[in-house]
Amino acid sequence: MNRKLQLMTGNEAIGEAAVCAGCKLYAGYPITPQNELTAYMSKRMTEEGRAFIQSESELAAISMVFGASVTGERSMTSSSSPGISLKQEGISYLAGCRLPSVIINIMRGGPGLGNIAPSQADYFQATRGGGHGDYRVIVLGPASVQEAFDLTVDSFNLADKYRMPAMVLADGLLGQMMEPVSVTRYPLPKAKKSWALTGAKNRKPNVIKSLFLRPGALEEYNIELQKTYDEIKKKEVRFEALYCDDAEIIIVAYGTTSRIARAAVKNLRKKKKRVGLLRPITLWPFPEEAIAKYAKKTKGFLVAEQSMGQMVEDVKLAVAGSAKVRLYGRPGGGIPTDEEIEKEVLRLKI
Amino acid sequence: MKKIFQRPESLQNVVTHYCAGCGHGIIHRLVAEVIDELKVREKVIGIAPVGCAVLAYDYWNFDVTEAAHGRCPAVATGMKRVHPENIIFTYQGDGDLAAIGTAEIVHAANRSENITVIFVNNGVYGMTGGQMAPTTLIGQKTSTSALGRDVVRDGYPLKISEMLSVLDGVKYIERRAVYSPTEVIKAKKAIRKAFENQINGVGFSMVEILAMCPTYTKRSLKASIDWIKEYASKYFPLGVIKG
Ligand SMILES: Cc1ncc(C[n+]2csc(CCOP(=O)(O)OP(=O)(O)O)c2C)c(N)n1
Repeated sequence: MNRKLQLMTGNEAIGEAAVCAGCKLYAGYPITPQNELTAYMSKRMTEEGRAFIQSESELAAISMVFGASVTGERSMTSSSSPGISLKQEGISYLAGCRLPSVIINIMRGGPGLGNIAPSQADYFQATRGGGHGDYRVIVLGPASVQEAFDLTVDSFNLADKYRMPAMVLADGLLGQMMEPVSVTRYPLPKAKKSWALTGAKNRKPNVIKSLFLRPGALEEYNIELQKTYDEIKKKEVRFEALYCDDAEIIIVAYGTTSRIARAAVKNLRKKKKRVGLLRPITLWPFPEEAIAKYAKKTKGFLVAEQSMGQMVEDVKLAVAGSAKVRLYGRPGGGIPTDEEIEKEVLRLKI
Repeated sequence: MKKIFQRPESLQNVVTHYCAGCGHGIIHRLVAEVIDELKVREKVIGIAPVGCAVLAYDYWNFDVTEAAHGRCPAVATGMKRVHPENIIFTYQGDGDLAAIGTAEIVHAANRSENITVIFVNNGVYGMTGGQMAPTTLIGQKTSTSALGRDVVRDGYPLKISEMLSVLDGVKYIERRAVYSPTEVIKAKKAIRKAFENQINGVGFSMVEILAMCPTYTKRSLKASIDWIKEYASKYFPLGVIKG
């Protein structure tokens, strides 16, 4: 392994991670706040002799990713919220065709054109599938630039392992801030993808499709897909629990908000308040079992997110009424402060 | 005895779902013959569209995938950029290529992607039951131009091949038909050239083919052929458009 420490923005770290993970094609269309990523890829992919395409739209970008993936190569696209809405068409086809690929969403405020400020309002479209049909996407939510690098590499591996799209969900703040990153080149997987379209030489033709017209066939296929999703739920849940074991109140927050919540938790602990932080790292699969377990011991949860309340629904499902759940949401590009979160914790009367 | 005619290896020995008189079957066969003759069956990857030809992967005997409606040229771009040694072609209808996929075809052409595009212009949306296509002729009745295409309401039939031909990236476009043995032979020659161009690294090449759709134009095969001869090929003249 060759290691070096570099100062990078989240956007650049994600780009470098893709290069390190052996991404062979990147396609993207400009949109703030992820432009540095596309710019970085135009340089790095070209230097590496790999494919970089500035596409005509996000619809085209995700289809280019589909094309590279169908031939068995690692591929990635990135965008921000309005662009991700367009990519949902292709993400549904990738899921339907069981094609691995990586999608980066550096979220901004919405709905509509919204603004270009950091936001977490795409939690629903990320974790619910987002496009048409019964499917899931693995969703990873980094909280630092280093983690953005690491989770991007992981998302390539998970996508390949389960043959499905994986998404890194971060916000504009994480995309644009700088932190030191240890850039690590991992050995690349050698396993051949036997399903890939490479030309039918010395074998029967391979077909990749999502159309199943025979009565009952699509139902069977959906059930097969679900088996994969169930396996992922069992094996791939990741979260961080800070001071949760004795906590009377647990803050649930991911990404940028979790960094602010961490400061709030530390301040509250100094004031002898028994408060913890549960930070989902995988947003799908969601750490529902962990939350359900803590719900039996703790009195209440404060869900802090940069939206009017999206992840809070998953927390409520996991808690299933056995503790109080309160939302502190800042939509439209608003970023909570640690003081605000502290105040909200104390308002959770238990 | 010498065998002088047989099913191309690139075509599976199966019954297709195509209606009687439909042009898709002929065009599938021409593509298969050309791929055999150029000896690239083991290198070819086809992209089937959303449209009547979506099931092409059940008929061709080489690697095939599907694309979302209109996105074949973008999928082809992704494939060819990472695997330039493969022979990549899209097979698209007129709704797919000239309506929902206009941006993708224009930009793949403009980037001069070294791919081959087979564009089947049957004047209607077949798969969805015969709606008006961008290529439906003025006055032509379809299920969504019930009283005939009206230019004030619907605009003009789209000459997408002519549009594309002004792009520097476009190296070859020819429009052909498949309504007679003579035309079929000419269409095959054009398809062959479009694949040869890719093999020789020439750049974006496309063949538009005026095809019969008796079922959804509600005509006999004879009337469909006459319609192409007398009307469609007047508005969409046959021949080399560029290259
Ligand atoms: C996004 C999307 N919109 C609409 C459809 C429905 N649809 C399926 S096939 C088709 C038309 C295809 O017509 P054309 O491209 O002319 O091909 P043909 O069937 O005539 O060969 C449409 C609109 C779809 N599958 N996806």
